[in-house]
Amino acid sequence: MNKVLQEKISNIDKEKLSREELSALAANLRLTMFDILQSRQTGHWGGASSSTEITTALYFNRMNIRPEDPAWAERDRLILSKGHASVNLYTMLATRGFFDTADLPSFRVLGSHLQGHPSMKKTPGVDMSTGALGHGLSIGVGMALASTLQGNDYFTYVLSGEGCLNEGQTWEAVMSAAKFRPKKLVYMIDYNKVQLDGTSNEIMPLDPLADKFKDFGWNVAPKTYDGHDMQEILDSFDWIDSDDVWPKLVVYNTVKGKGVSFMEGLNKWHGSPIDADSYAQGRPELVADIERKEAVL
Amino acid sequence: MSIAMREAFGKKLAELGKDNRDIVVLDADVSSSTKSGLFGKEFPARFFNVGVAEANMVGVAAGLATAGLRPVVNAFAIFLALKGTDQIRNVLCYNSLPVVIAGAYGGLSDSYDGASHQSITDIAIMRAMPNMEVIVPADSNQAQMALEYALEQNHPVYVRLNRNPMPEVPSDGNFSSKKAVVLREGSDVTIAANGITASMALEAGAILAAKGIEAEILSMAFVKPFDTESLAASVKKTGNLVTVEEHNIIGGFGSAALEALAATDLSFAYKAVGIEDTFTETGAYDELLAAYGLSGENIAEKAEKLLKK
Repeated sequence: MNKVLQEKISNIDKEKLSREELSALAANLRLTMFDILQSRQTGHWGGASSSTEITTALYFNRMNIRPEDPAWAERDRLILSKGHASVNLYTMLATRGFFDTADLPSFRVLGSHLQGHPSMKKTPGVDMSTGALGHGLSIGVGMALASTLQGNDYFTYVLSGEGCLNEGQTWEAVMSAAKFRPKKLVYMIDYNKVQLDGTSNEIMPLDPLADKFKDFGWNVAPKTYDGHDMQEILDSFDWIDSDDVWPKLVVYNTVKGKGVSFMEGLNKWHGSPIDADSYAQGRPELVADIERKEAVL
Repeated sequence: MSIAMREAFGKKLAELGKDNRDIVVLDADVSSSTKSGLFGKEFPARFFNVGVAEANMVGVAAGLATAGLRPVVNAFAIFLALKGTDQIRNVLCYNSLPVVIAGAYGGLSDSYDGASHQSITDIAIMRAMPNMEVIVPADSNQAQMALEYALEQNHPVYVRLNRNPMPEVPSDGNFSSKKAVVLREGSDVTIAANGITASMALEAGAILAAKGIEAEILSMAFVKPFDTESLAASVKKTGNLVTVEEHNIIGGFGSAALEALAATDLSFAYKAVGIEDTFTETGAYDELLAAYGLSGENIAEKAEKLLKK
């Protein structure tokens, strides 16, 4: 990561990162994830990569958080309902200052606080343990209801993939959110359209996805945003702030395994270990992306 | 007969809600059956009827608990234990969230609704989860004490409730000690009774006494943590143990008792009274209990056989 970015991150309490800085940071963090996953030979590249711009924008531009006080009652919450993208969350939290980035290589090592799937009991900054798919939205409904009951005003973000949307519990939660209308609950879908066994269309078709939520009575974003285009993600944040009607749904079109051309869109890279040849071929692509995005800073 | 356990539980919930503003109550469209509706009527802003969706209910409760609230989730025991299992394990227990799981219509008490609604596996499921405590109150008084106790814990607690008015059983008032209550002292056989079976055990004690057999009767509401000390002390004296539970004999209270005693150096003779690994059926509650071996007579008979061995 270049010095401009490093300085920006250390000054984040004074000034949010700009669109260009966020793009360059996301490229850097994607490479970090790629390196960790390859060195550990375990973990999930596809869905970690597809969420990278979304989580970077949340943690470095959007969320009201205090890394020095992870349990701060008024903080914004993020539930990574697609818990298999844990390497993504850990990379964000460490870079944001919740714990030392030197811990990252211990991902999935016995004794590490970086469990295979996120654990709120072990890792500072993890707002909810996840892993079993489909839990996130229900928990988000509860967190958001608690905010109002306790006189707080925080955002609750729930980030999920298609797997969570296959689970029946999610639709129970969708109905209950429409009934109770918890304030500042935002459901974000990293819609990369590829699951473990194949494409979403092969495994369990979800389209028309946004329309389903409209029919359930949700406040649905007027468009599907490009989840790899930082300007579009910032536009989606503007939409979130545009009215006070809850709950809100934002769908991001993304690419599973984004950033390594020959891995993109393939279910093989949901959770396969990154082999030496693929690593050697893929890494230069990610490095080139960083160079391109840092050049404009 | 005391008032029905569910009635007592619902009233206590509403009473506690007055002073403790952190209590939030959730129900899955059975609030008039579980009596959580009594709380809902008093405190509508803190009451969430989530519809027939137990999994979501547990998840919502977990979210509320992360912020420091004290959720109590209510549904039929069988559906909480089966439809909310993943959420109870992976969210409540894994994160040790302080949610009270109130399983209504426990055991065979939803008698006329039949096997689909009768809960004979919930205790086995709940007690297998780390960080969980499991309580089966013996009567309405204990149900209220169990609720008060559960709301003070920093982890999930499963409280299994009964639908019907049941005989009152003496308690020592020190419920939070988690100890067995010795209902009758004796030196020939120990009868350890879980939940509402305590009153049946007392009947068995009278039957046995008439035959010159002195049973020591322990009422044990806590399945987990298990009061090994009290049970071991009694079994050391009698050398014979009968466990009684309104649950499958696999995985429930009797299993917990044997696991606990296996860690001691005691040797003893044993018989289990409970549902003998079979599906139950429709019928009047008292008749149903007796048909599946849950009666003073059957407990006494089992104890007697043990002594004749």
